[in-house]
Amino acid sequence: MKKLINDADSIVTDALRGIAAAHPSLRVDLAGRVVFRADAPTPGKVGLVSGGGSGHEPLHAGFVGYGMLDAACPGEVFTSPVPDQIIEAAKGVDGGAGVLQIVKNYTGDVLNFEMAAELAGDEGVEVATVLVDDDVAVRDSLFTAGRRGTGATLFVEKIAGALAETGAPLAEVARAAREVNERSRSFGVALTPCTVPAAGKPTFELSDAEIELGVGIHGEPGRTRAPMREAREIVRTAMDAIHADLPLSGETLVMVNGMGGTPLIELYIVFAEVEAYLREKGATAVRSLVGNYVTSLDMQGFSVTTCSLTGELTRLWDAPVETPALRWGR
Amino acid sequence: MNTEFFAAWIDEIAATVRARRDHLTELDAAIGDADHGANLDRGFTAAREALAGASPPTPGALLVLVGSTLIRKVGGASGPLYGTAFREMGKAFGEAAEVSPAELSAALDAALSGVRRLGGAAEGDKTMVDALAPAARALAQAVRDGLKAEEALDAAAAAAGQGAEATIPLQARKGRASYLGPRSIGHEDPGAASTALVLGALKAAASR
Repeated sequence: MKKLINDADSIVTDALRGIAAAHPSLRVDLAGRVVFRADAPTPGKVGLVSGGGSGHEPLHAGFVGYGMLDAACPGEVFTSPVPDQIIEAAKGVDGGAGVLQIVKNYTGDVLNFEMAAELAGDEGVEVATVLVDDDVAVRDSLFTAGRRGTGATLFVEKIAGALAETGAPLAEVARAAREVNERSRSFGVALTPCTVPAAGKPTFELSDAEIELGVGIHGEPGRTRAPMREAREIVRTAMDAIHADLPLSGETLVMVNGMGGTPLIELYIVFAEVEAYLREKGATAVRSLVGNYVTSLDMQGFSVTTCSLTGELTRLWDAPVETPALRWGR
Repeated sequence: MNTEFFAAWIDEIAATVRARRDHLTELDAAIGDADHGANLDRGFTAAREALAGASPPTPGALLVLVGSTLIRKVGGASGPLYGTAFREMGKAFGEAAEVSPAELSAALDAALSGVRRLGGAAEGDKTMVDALAPAARALAQAVRDGLKAEEALDAAAAAAGQGAEATIPLQARKGRASYLGPRSIGHEDPGAASTALVLGALKAAASR
């Protein structure tokens, strides 16, 4: 394993020190492990809190700032944050209008955010929670943990963040966040595994001739293994899975997201194929994002996330945002 | 079994988890996200430190402190689940200075109920419940059969180990391994494996 780290046990703290030093618009509590907007809380505004395991950068700390999150709680690599962090975040961003927690649907994240919401409620903070579960690779059923939350998390954070900035009440911001999740779908593909620093070796083995289809964002194997093919064919498989779950039509927001180790030139090749697929189905990519946003350490691969837009959602997507990893219009 | 016994138990768990850290992480890498060993190591080390600092007066207070520390330090699903298990055991002991195998059996049942309530898993879902449930049954049976404390703990530890091994052919329905669908078959569940270590440490604490 070759990684730019000092010590596998201190990577989250060491990275937070860098985030604090690089971004004066943020206030980083190193001991409590919470990244706040420097000016939090904003009086009268719903506070947005998210968080999850580290290793997905820029998610979530990179999306703290005007028009998006008020605070982020990074856990250890691929491990959800603990309730103490989340409570501190909720109390620190509550400007009197309540707090919306945006939680990716994993057992650990759900449990820790649930506990935190209960305890923060005891301390007088009104907390609502939205679960993100957009990954079509996971078969949903009453008897399982349900779908994973992946790329749509960014869409939910951006759009709910824009609405919160207008002074909308908590119930309204939560409703919009749920609507974004319901209209979004994702599918991920891995060309290589990733290496968790504390484990020191790749999470699985994959030959040069193989890929994993239907991966999440934690270096876990996907639903199936398939032969390596042209980008066009791989994209078709991913988009077929999305289209089968929620038929693509109309104005669509599309993200082609790199898993951390994929050159941007390849992501643009993927985007061209995604855009062509959408046109073939009668849908239009009216808004797009191409880059590394919801990563899985050093994994090579991509995920594609679509969101079927409405007029309101498009306006909120276009609204100004100013965070370390996403900024426009301000 | 007194406060000293349960402090020895936590000591044994911390040592075993440290020694088996890489093994637990390898099990987790196969069907999860390769962090189970590191997380439990961090959690039980913190629990041992918390005990050294606080010297709780009763077995109940000790286990509640261990549980709360795990919830605060571990994260993931295993933090709240293990934390709840220890807290429920501690609460079941109440203020007692000394607990009998029958009381330990009732506390293990309480731990199992807490884990099932929080995680929503049933036996056969390929989770820690697959080790905890048979262990709780074996301990209850041992108490009914009037076995001595050490033999009763032996029976519980053996049942947990068998339960963990029996997760190998199962398809996961809960937790991160469930995302793999049929590909989760053929691997031991890391949560069940660590539960077997935790209950095995009970036996080691008794023979100290």
